[in-house]
Amino acid sequence: MKENDVNQSRRRFLVGATSVVGAAGAVGAAVPFVASWNPSAKAKAAGAPVKVDISKLQTGQRITVEWRGKPVWLIKRTPDMLEELREADDLVSDPQSEVPQQPAYATNETRSIKNDVVVLVGICTHLGCSPQYLPEVIPDETVGGFYCPCHGSKFDLAGRVFKGVPAPTNLVVPPHMYLDDTNLIIGVDEESA
Amino acid sequence: MRKLIAILLLATGSLAWGAGVKVPLDKADIDIHDKASKQRGAAIFANYCMGCHGMSYSRYERVADDLGIPHELFVENLIFDGSKIGQLMTGSMDKDLAASWFGAPPPDLSLTARLRGPDWLYSYLRGFYKDDSRPWGVNNVVFKDVGMPHVLADLQGLCAEPPVIGVVAEIDPISGTEVGAPGCRNFATTGSMDPAEFDRAMLDLVNYLEYVGEPSRLKAEAIAPYVLLFLVILFVPAYLLNREYWKDVH
Amino acid sequence: MQKLINWIDERLPIVDAWEKHLSKYYAPKNFNFWYFFGSLALVVLVNQLLTGIWLTMSYVPTAEGAFASVEYIMRDVEFGWLIRYLHSTGASAFFVVVYLHMFRGLMYGSYQKPRELIWIFGMTIYLVLMAEAFLGYLLPWGQMSYWGAQVIVSLFGAIPVVGEDLAQWIRGDYLISGITLNRFFALHVIALPIVLIGLVVLHILALHEVGSNNPDGVDIKKNKDENGVPRDGIPFHPYYTVHDIVGLVVFLFVFCVVVFYFPEMGGYFIEKPNFEPANPLKTPDHIAPVWYFTPFYAMLRAVTYPLFGVDAKFWGVVVMGAGIAILFVLPWLDKSPVRSIRYKGMLSKIWLAIFVVSFVILGVCGALPADAQPSWLAPLCTALYFAYFLLMPLYTKMESTKPVPERVTH
Repeated sequence: MKENDVNQSRRRFLVGATSVVGAAGAVGAAVPFVASWNPSAKAKAAGAPVKVDISKLQTGQRITVEWRGKPVWLIKRTPDMLEELREADDLVSDPQSEVPQQPAYATNETRSIKNDVVVLVGICTHLGCSPQYLPEVIPDETVGGFYCPCHGSKFDLAGRVFKGVPAPTNLVVPPHMYLDDTNLIIGVDEESA
Repeated sequence: MRKLIAILLLATGSLAWGAGVKVPLDKADIDIHDKASKQRGAAIFANYCMGCHGMSYSRYERVADDLGIPHELFVENLIFDGSKIGQLMTGSMDKDLAASWFGAPPPDLSLTARLRGPDWLYSYLRGFYKDDSRPWGVNNVVFKDVGMPHVLADLQGLCAEPPVIGVVAEIDPISGTEVGAPGCRNFATTGSMDPAEFDRAMLDLVNYLEYVGEPSRLKAEAIAPYVLLFLVILFVPAYLLNREYWKDVH
Repeated sequence: MQKLINWIDERLPIVDAWEKHLSKYYAPKNFNFWYFFGSLALVVLVNQLLTGIWLTMSYVPTAEGAFASVEYIMRDVEFGWLIRYLHSTGASAFFVVVYLHMFRGLMYGSYQKPRELIWIFGMTIYLVLMAEAFLGYLLPWGQMSYWGAQVIVSLFGAIPVVGEDLAQWIRGDYLISGITLNRFFALHVIALPIVLIGLVVLHILALHEVGSNNPDGVDIKKNKDENGVPRDGIPFHPYYTVHDIVGLVVFLFVFCVVVFYFPEMGGYFIEKPNFEPANPLKTPDHIAPVWYFTPFYAMLRAVTYPLFGVDAKFWGVVVMGAGIAILFVLPWLDKSPVRSIRYKGMLSKIWLAIFVVSFVILGVCGALPADAQPSWLAPLCTALYFAYFLLMPLYTKMESTKPVPERVTH
């Protein structure tokens, strides 16, 4: 079968060319299958930004709204509570919020846009339980905050994690912005809108 | 082989005839690439149809994006029931209530263009006429004893007699004018549009329904040339490779 | 690389398998156009498996959710429309290539000794494929899905004595319902695909045991060179792999044209009534099965006379079943000393042509409403269809054949 005048280099080239073009086709054919795993229009609609009216939110109170299937807390802190934050500076492991668990506009003392109202994703950064809100005082501490019943992680009233607990980082501040004085939208901010 | 193909063609030809339509229809000369037409159709649908008919498999956001309508404008002008833009276009009518009014709940129209075809829709929308024996005072030449009122009567007017549907106009050789054009010959009440205007509006509406029936159509047609071109390119080395190896075979 | 191959080969005979099935599988060198469809069927099978797996990721197998979930795939899932059209067009493409593949077998006598078992595995694949297609057609839960399933399941009701109970057992309900949908889904996505893959493996193993037939019907193994390689054989790889790639690209071109531009194929690949959700209270005006079932559907309707005190419906089912069953015994009906149509007599050629034409006409009849065709046409074609098989022992023995050459013509 094999004959002497077989042009081996031409064969190699054609095998290579067909393989390369064919492989490109295989990659192209994989695109729809890979892309179909992205969140569908339905999932995106369900995860759309949520509007919250905080005109009825009393100082010291917390309300919970659902965004992308997660609890999001809005807490209007009293002046005393804000005072407690300064007290907690020594107790928490990342007092300056250096780990990017919040947008730039919430990288401050109170981890919020307005001093009093903080917006937090109510999911413990350890293993995903939802911590309890203990505004007066959390167990074995001197200030109020959040206490995770699963593994005992503690957070202050700005969602900053205490030293020596299993949770590694502060609670997440979701992207949010004020539409007016009393209406917030969670899920978008000026940057992403 | 050729005979076989001829028989096949004959057979499928008779098939198209055999499965043929019961009512002659007007041809809906629509272009799903015409965005402006689809936008006008969307406006007609939102204003006249959506009070009763939903499009419950379609989302407002998709329609807004595909038709090139900014979200704020869309929410302001084309959503009347306070739905969010990401939601399904379910329509606002209570199904049970509707069933008691019309005898059956108004059908969902997401897929109506794929079920009935654009020609049927175009003919149906222009096929209403006055019939006092019917509960809503109207009947339809394409859909006999239809259970729906003529909601577009203030645009079209109301035809006093069954309009002519499914004919092709001829040019009179002497006068040069069109005779036997489809449509209504005798109006009982007139509407805000003249017949030609109304026909154009209905083409827009049918175009929109056609789009909603298969929103992926435009995307498919956009991708297809690249896929086919790729296969043509792949054919070249594949063909040469095959020829090269088969030189061995004597 | 060689080291890795050696390492594996010491534990799993991959080199052996590669040689047996590809690089040292000697196929006749005179394959023609008709020999593309076997490998194409394999490609379509892979397409169906892949797209099918992806569809189940978003499909909801309940009576309440099925129809909406298909539209969800078509609209909300990224590229869902493409995956769905690949699957729906792939179903039809499967039957196109399988029918052509079977016709090739009929033409060149590929079912004759020693390839009877290959033929039987092939026919079983065809049968399972029909079941798979039928079960899958219910899943979109449109009007045609529903009433098509209703009609086919009712066929079992035609069986005397146990029929009604059997039909009810298949449905699991007094009508086609979500319960039926659930079991059809399980069979469609798990049970039958496994059976199908197993049968395909057996089909190919049996083929590679006895070797491929060819358009001349010449046994290439009778003429071997000093190394024991058939003189008219060439290694499947690379010669037929590079050959099949060309065929594959052409096939994919046609396939993609349909997928992207004509996925409904004028109502033959996706039927219009299926754009309306299933409604157990309202039958569509005209129920027709998908095109690949229409020949057998026409046979079913062709029988209109009761016989032996049993009604016509039962005999229709019997005829339809026999129409498929008779294909299985084909290897024993052909008494011709030659395989290929090229060397058979005129009678065989005429009868093959009659068979193809009747099958196509039956297909057209099955797609049309009963009152839109001459009432004698489907019965006549049914008779001719069976005559092709039943008379085969006679005309293949009677006719004079041409001498078969020693070597293949190329």
